[in-house]
Amino acid sequence: MLLTIRDLTKTFPGTVALDGVRFDLAAGEVHALLGENGAGKSTLIKCLTGMHARDGGQIALDGQPISPGSTQEAQALGIGTVYQEVNLLPNLTVAENLTFGRQPVRFGMVSRRRMHEEAREMLAGYGLDHVDVARELGAYPVAVQQIVAIARAVALSGKVLILDEPTASLDARETETLFEVVRGLRARGLGIIFISHFLDQVFDLTDRVTVLRNGRHIVTAGTAALNRVELIHHMLGHELEMAEARRGVQRDGPAMLRAEGLGRRGRIAPFDLTVRRGEVIGLAGLLGSGRTETGDVLFGRTPADRGALREPDGTAVELRSPRAAIAAGFGYAPEDRKTDGIVADLSVRENIALALQARRGWARPLPRAEARRLAEDYIRRLDIRPADPEKAVGLLSGGNQQKVVLARWLAMNPRFLILDEPTRGIDVGAHAEILRLVGDLTDAGMSILLISSELDELIAASDRVIVVRDRRHVSELVGEDICTDRIVQAIARPDADPEGARA
Amino acid sequence: MSQGLRRLAPQLVTLAAVVALVSAFFPGFLAVEIADGRLVGSAVDVLKRGAPVALLAVGMTLVIATRGIDLSVGAVMAICGAASAWAVSNGLGLGAALALGLGAGLLCGLWNGVLVALFGIQPIVATLILMVAGRGVAQMITEGRILTFSHEGLAFFGAGDVVGVPTPILIWIVTGVAVGLLVRRTALGLLIEAIGINRPASALAGVNARVLLIAVYVASGLCAAIAGIVVAADIRGADANNAGLWLELDAILAVVIGGTSLLGGRFSVAASILGALVIQTIDTGILLAGFPSEFNLVIKAGLVVIILVLQSPRLGPGLPGFGLRAPRAAGVARTEKATE
Repeated sequence: MLLTIRDLTKTFPGTVALDGVRFDLAAGEVHALLGENGAGKSTLIKCLTGMHARDGGQIALDGQPISPGSTQEAQALGIGTVYQEVNLLPNLTVAENLTFGRQPVRFGMVSRRRMHEEAREMLAGYGLDHVDVARELGAYPVAVQQIVAIARAVALSGKVLILDEPTASLDARETETLFEVVRGLRARGLGIIFISHFLDQVFDLTDRVTVLRNGRHIVTAGTAALNRVELIHHMLGHELEMAEARRGVQRDGPAMLRAEGLGRRGRIAPFDLTVRRGEVIGLAGLLGSGRTETGDVLFGRTPADRGALREPDGTAVELRSPRAAIAAGFGYAPEDRKTDGIVADLSVRENIALALQARRGWARPLPRAEARRLAEDYIRRLDIRPADPEKAVGLLSGGNQQKVVLARWLAMNPRFLILDEPTRGIDVGAHAEILRLVGDLTDAGMSILLISSELDELIAASDRVIVVRDRRHVSELVGEDICTDRIVQAIARPDADPEGARA
Repeated sequence: MSQGLRRLAPQLVTLAAVVALVSAFFPGFLAVEIADGRLVGSAVDVLKRGAPVALLAVGMTLVIATRGIDLSVGAVMAICGAASAWAVSNGLGLGAALALGLGAGLLCGLWNGVLVALFGIQPIVATLILMVAGRGVAQMITEGRILTFSHEGLAFFGAGDVVGVPTPILIWIVTGVAVGLLVRRTALGLLIEAIGINRPASALAGVNARVLLIAVYVASGLCAAIAGIVVAADIRGADANNAGLWLELDAILAVVIGGTSLLGGRFSVAASILGALVIQTIDTGILLAGFPSEFNLVIKAGLVVIILVLQSPRLGPGLPGFGLRAPRAAGVARTEKATE
């Protein structure tokens, strides 16, 4: 094995990002590393490239134990990385980018002639003969820039190449060009780690697959031996034993909201959706499939550019901005609570009162005593720890921060609450509490859109499950059909479910 | 109120230390006497001369709390002073002079606010435009001269007194108290802090970040207008080139000494005003202590460095009251974000 990782462990305050993970990479193979957000892919890569110091475990390259302390050190050992966003300098020439930091020097000056020669040598074999190394890198398409970045990484390191979502901003033809380059490098004996959430590309390009979930190693298998359904099973998994599935019957309460052809170009194809009073609609799909985009459109975060959302009586709900959505009685707990949810330096009390205060307007402050009562009430009901309303929310653990964001919206008493991955990265106890809370809220008449990458969670909590794939609502499952197998099938092959499919 | 005092403790201790230092070199520093029915003395002088920076610091605090900065306040002072002086020298009367001066400040603030909030230009760049162009505008108003006037009504705001207390002192106290009450008795303070710490999250919670951002720049423009009128009234003339020159830097320094982070978030108007008084005490004290004038800026810089080092969370010597700026909780969040 070219690279072996054993028992790799990395913890951050409040979470275990990697829990005894193992990973092998042979010379001359392309190995896919898969998992949802928070599965530990990035942390694994960062431990490997020296950006994080690991807490435990061994990494060996060519049988020699290594502990890179920086990206440069990892590069010197032979491990190079190319990220989704090309991290080269578009205003320098191709040659300058390729030789940056080690330009050939003659009499103390950079020798352009030798630099261009070296650059051309570096690019040989990448099918980039038409590229003029003296031109600015920014003048070439992203695919070319991406290949230049790969050429640079290979020249600098030369044993292990990590490609982190390299195709995210490429079209189909550019992707194929890139894949040709990757196959060429494989033939030259490099070990390549390929991270992507496009499963087609994984099946097209890779030799083996390793799946991580919640910081743990789930499976490593030959790509040819896996089918799509199995792979999605591994990624979304089901291991949490839920107490009992929800009633399992479709609720037929009165319709409360009706989306008609609502969509936004480039983010989510137009969809119809009826939200009934007191129901939980689950939204299932892989990362990047359009699940968060659906929530964003429904909350006015990225306003829809077509279709409408209507009340039962036909009047349109204005969804130009989050403020408009809030005025219509909506709430939204976003996926990334650190950047979009909490206001870290403010106290628990202030965070819980924030949305309420914003709706009241600046001139009508929520009296401090009332805000405190509110905070103490939710701290007790949601078991937020530590139970101190004046503690800065940034100092709380992830699960408790999530509860504070939930409390902020519950204090508003919305009629329609969108929860995007409400249980990601939080411990099992808090997980169950939040799902129980979802049940209580809908019993009280609130409607909830639950976006989740955990199938068990969706199955346990949802009355209906909408499946999204390729930024399109492809299927709706009700009643008995809400089970792991049906959801995974719908994610894998939308056509396999003719009665629910709606292209 | 003890909580408020604890927040102000580092600034109060700093001010006391600087006053003690100056008194050591110039024993009569704190002596105040009444001459011709007016309070006179070095300390009174500090309070009066500190007025422009104290006024600027009030508005600057709000801007910095939103993670912004307003470099234009010195130039805005020049514009507004010139506008008021132009009004009285053209016989328009006191009311018109004040309205023109304040109106000009409001427009300048609106300009900055729109550039930052609607066009998304970085605050340092957006306000740099008016910092450079503003002096030109002021020169156009004064037609390139020092526009002098003899209007007792306007001069009162710079050189007059009310029951013995110089008017500029009353003006910054009233402005500071009014703004302090406005932000703390309403929800403005909380909402400003929220958008300064995390604008996307605040916007998702329904906070109207755009309007608030425009409002803080308008507030800063108005504070600069008041400061500009005070300075013009004091010298009975508008000097487009020198009025408020470099004062934006003193105002920013006052906010920093006041413990408000340039990264936005928690702020205290009172602490910033104390910061302004610290700066003015140093300025005046160096002169009183009789150092050769060429040493002034270097001594001031040295004292400021000492103050900031003592207040920094990392190097604070653990004295009660110092190092009170809590390590930002956001820092924790950032580390945890790396889990992904």
